[in-house]
Amino acid sequence: MGTDMAHQESVSAGADDSGRASLIYDPRVRGFVFQALLIIVVAGLVWSGLTNAHDNLQRAGIASGFGFFKERAGFDIGQSFIHYTNDSTYLRAFFVGLGNTLVVAVIGIFFATVIGFIVGLARLSKNYLVRKFATVYVETLRNIPLLLQLLFWYKAVLSILPSPRAMGIEPGSEIAFSLNNRGLYLPRIVPEAGASLILFTAIAVLAVWFVLGRWAKKRQMATGQQFPVFVTGLGLFIVLPLLAFFVTGMPLSLEYASLQGFNMVNGWVIQPEFMALLLGLSLYTASFIAEIVRAGILAVSHGQTEAAYALGIRPNLTSRLVIVPQAMRVIIPPLTSQYLNLTKNSSLAVAIGYPDLVSVTGTVLNQTGQAVEVISITMLVYLTLSLLTSAFMNWFNASVALVER
Amino acid sequence: MKKEILSAVVGVAAVAGLGAAAASAATLDDVKAKGFVQCGVSTGLAGFSAPNDAGDWSGLDVDLCRGVAAAVFGDAKAVKYSPLSAKERFTALQSGEIDVLSRNTTWTMSRDTQLGLNFAGVNYYDGQGFMVRKSLGVNSALQLSGASVCVQTGTTTELNLTDYFKANDMTYNPVVFEKLEEVNAAYDANRCDVYTTDQSGLYSIRLGLSAPDEHMVLPEVISKEPLGPVVRQGDDQWFAIVKWVHFAMLNAEEMGITSENVDEMMNSTDPNVMRMLGKEGAFGDSLGIGNDWAYNVIKQVGNYGEVFERNVGASTQLNISRGVNALWSKGGLQYAPPIR
Repeated sequence: MGTDMAHQESVSAGADDSGRASLIYDPRVRGFVFQALLIIVVAGLVWSGLTNAHDNLQRAGIASGFGFFKERAGFDIGQSFIHYTNDSTYLRAFFVGLGNTLVVAVIGIFFATVIGFIVGLARLSKNYLVRKFATVYVETLRNIPLLLQLLFWYKAVLSILPSPRAMGIEPGSEIAFSLNNRGLYLPRIVPEAGASLILFTAIAVLAVWFVLGRWAKKRQMATGQQFPVFVTGLGLFIVLPLLAFFVTGMPLSLEYASLQGFNMVNGWVIQPEFMALLLGLSLYTASFIAEIVRAGILAVSHGQTEAAYALGIRPNLTSRLVIVPQAMRVIIPPLTSQYLNLTKNSSLAVAIGYPDLVSVTGTVLNQTGQAVEVISITMLVYLTLSLLTSAFMNWFNASVALVER
Repeated sequence: MKKEILSAVVGVAAVAGLGAAAASAATLDDVKAKGFVQCGVSTGLAGFSAPNDAGDWSGLDVDLCRGVAAAVFGDAKAVKYSPLSAKERFTALQSGEIDVLSRNTTWTMSRDTQLGLNFAGVNYYDGQGFMVRKSLGVNSALQLSGASVCVQTGTTTELNLTDYFKANDMTYNPVVFEKLEEVNAAYDANRCDVYTTDQSGLYSIRLGLSAPDEHMVLPEVISKEPLGPVVRQGDDQWFAIVKWVHFAMLNAEEMGITSENVDEMMNSTDPNVMRMLGKEGAFGDSLGIGNDWAYNVIKQVGNYGEVFERNVGASTQLNISRGVNALWSKGGLQYAPPIR
């Protein structure tokens, strides 16, 4: 009897235990609890860090807060893609720096991609000379630190050019092209009244081109008939805006640079700091992209080419329709990293005097003395840029990924 | 993606939060404990702070640091130098990395009030000027409209430049670098027509150019640039020590005490001299250092006149005249309160 009771009790206790145990040992509940704990700890650390910084700044008598962004900057910036004067605010100066970074990053990514693809394909060329040349390019540029390359382009190439005065340019005369140590001077296209129609036509043609492409593809799918989309599109793109140009009475004129006083004025100028940074970033990153492209193409099994040939597809179409789409799957993820690297590496601009985000915020930091605010904002901006690039490339990657049925 | 964003934001916030470490209040105790004064100087400006062939630092600004070390330790050599760019200098001082900043730094109101710093005096009255190539045929700064101007970032120079060109309705194209050497190299490579900084700096920089004789400093002085040593706010004792080392050097010059005759002066019965050299009163005690503090400064570093002549004066290549930096009694601005 006594033993029975004990037995029953132990059984019921066991049943109770198992009910609670299922909650404690439930991996989902446990995981949730631990993650919540981690978040609380991390949030606590961040909070104590922030309050600690705030208290210390206050104790040391250093101004804090973001109010300075609304104050007048009072310094000039050498080049800017948005309107900026020394009367603008610190916030605007900040955007000038951001704009300069974006411009050099976007153009740099474009050139790095183009050069990278060409060199990558050249490394696989059957031509001995082309192949070796591409190899030398990749191995040289990939193995020299970027900062050195930037200094090379800036100090050893662009700085030793003569000044416009020393070149013997006649003061006041119009110059169509001049590369000197103040920059690359080209004529600037000045739109006059009616010029917007030309731009409008060009945009309209691009839209038509796109629609035409969709239509041609659809028709080919349905009927097998092909349509020369590229030739038609390009033809329209050249002819129609040109027509608009003449119809509106040639409302574009060229403004030439000329030497006045110390410097060249007017015209379209690309400053040496920008050129050096662009050259350095694109050529350096291109060497990495070349290797990525080569790897991507080699990753497509040779059987694919043979199969395409067996179906009677010409070599040109084989690479366009069979090899490249499959290679892209391999190429795009590492390509994203290179784009991120290029954008972040553009901060080396500070060494050669290009007013990028780091350089401008450095000046802001100095004039205001608010290091914590300025640096954390700068970090957040780079972070945002990188995450946006990543998101875009992920989307692009998904769109070229193999469709699995 | 969401996870990436979260982890990245947390990372940034953590880094930003931990950035500001507390700077302790009693600098003198720290300095005594480590046995040397950590002094922030320029990355190389001849006459003010520059390393010589042997790697020893010398210059007007360096001598102030040596003076502080002489006052605290009785040994002018007990200094370690941190070469800093214009951009780095205030952060280095705020964070406690250096004990005193003596780096041709202009005293301005915003720096005095917003950065948590105190200026301990003016050891050189300067003004901003322009340097150009003689071949440009320019003889006034008012002819500089349209020029490319080389300037160092994070300086009052950058702001004065903007103001000057604006006030005179002229345009210019700024070419801005972070490091002094980069500005020098760009100007030397003719990237700019004009170099602007404090006039003393221009004379010093000119010596380092590939052909110094081809350059000239224009006569215009466009700003007031009182340069002086800087310390952290909130440590009055250390502030007083740096301030009074500078004053002691000025007072010594005024009383005619030099590094050579200071030992004889110890026998002087002039109460002013006796107070200064620690024979009367306990002025060192009130600063928390030895009563022979001023003796050590004068003996090992010299009075202000000696320091000036040795580093930037007529006997040096810089050949800068005393001008406004002469003592008040000789028509200049250098004036020190009495030791009493």
